[in-house]
Amino acid sequence: METFLQSHLLWLTLTLAVYAGSSWIFSRLHLGILHPLLVSTVAMISLLKLSGVSYETYAESTDMISFMLGPAVVSLGYVLYQQIDHIKRNVTSILVSTFAGSVVGVASVIGILRLTGADEAVIASIAPKSVTTPIAIQLSEHSGGIASLTSMAVVICGIFGAVAAPYMFKIFRISSPVARGLAFGSSAHGVGTAAAVRMGAVEGAISGLAIGVMGVMTALALPLVSALMRYID
Amino acid sequence: MIAKALTILVFYLIGEGISMLTGQFVPGSVIGMLLLVVALAAKIVKPENVDSVAQALIANMVIFFLPPAVGVMNSLDVISRNILGIVLASTLSTMLVIATVGLIQQKIGVRRFRKRKKER
Repeated sequence: METFLQSHLLWLTLTLAVYAGSSWIFSRLHLGILHPLLVSTVAMISLLKLSGVSYETYAESTDMISFMLGPAVVSLGYVLYQQIDHIKRNVTSILVSTFAGSVVGVASVIGILRLTGADEAVIASIAPKSVTTPIAIQLSEHSGGIASLTSMAVVICGIFGAVAAPYMFKIFRISSPVARGLAFGSSAHGVGTAAAVRMGAVEGAISGLAIGVMGVMTALALPLVSALMRYID
Repeated sequence: MIAKALTILVFYLIGEGISMLTGQFVPGSVIGMLLLVVALAAKIVKPENVDSVAQALIANMVIFFLPPAVGVMNSLDVISRNILGIVLASTLSTMLVIATVGLIQQKIGVRRFRKRKKER
């Protein structure tokens, strides 16, 4: 029984089953909060806690799934190429709007967390939250943050951004596919891009581009905004 | 199909190599993505060298985030101590980023395709 519970095959199978199940529910109900990633994450954590299996065992079992993220990001280059005309026409506006977004993102996190009385390590961990995990962790550790807290904030923001973006587009009348894709990718990195791909080809490609651009912009904005906010304090 | 997967892996590998040489600041996958765009634009790689495999990977991208997301279970104590701040900062700030980026891009970007209406 013990070895069965620890087996890679079991957790790999359960992961696909839980994901397939939550995707099916999502396709039927189309409720934002039932995002398959959110439902599957909660379900998998519950299953692991119930069976007393560690995350380390689970991570090993599902290694081949998480590995695929790398090739999937590389593949975004293909959709990006198909939309290259949109990008060429919008180079300046893409750079300006993502830089503004990264400044607003970092400043609002620092401001809100200071108001709620969080300590500096938590602030440093969450400030780079809109960026794809590998970049976010680099930035967080550089400024004294906690890596696991950063990766959690990145996942939460990814899911939340992917769910909230369509509503935000309606409220603010954001209808341009380029603007939508850029907003998806710069607020919710890869998870947002997966949602953007479902909305349309342009949205998906631009969102993929935004992951990289937002990473670089946040790296620039983070020290700038932190210094400025320390000065105001 | 193997040849298409190979092409993608080669770009991933080159990206990882460059990433390691430059202090891993930008992830290898993002560098690989940019190199693939350049190679396609320069016609070094043809679209049919990657198309179906690339599309399949992108169409199923969400599940690839599931294992790292489950990793949250290891930091449940830090989270519960700072839950209010984390939730407020993540949600409000994410909405601000969406509005800022979306509105600025829409205002100053080229709007040729604005008329196209498509939900979900």
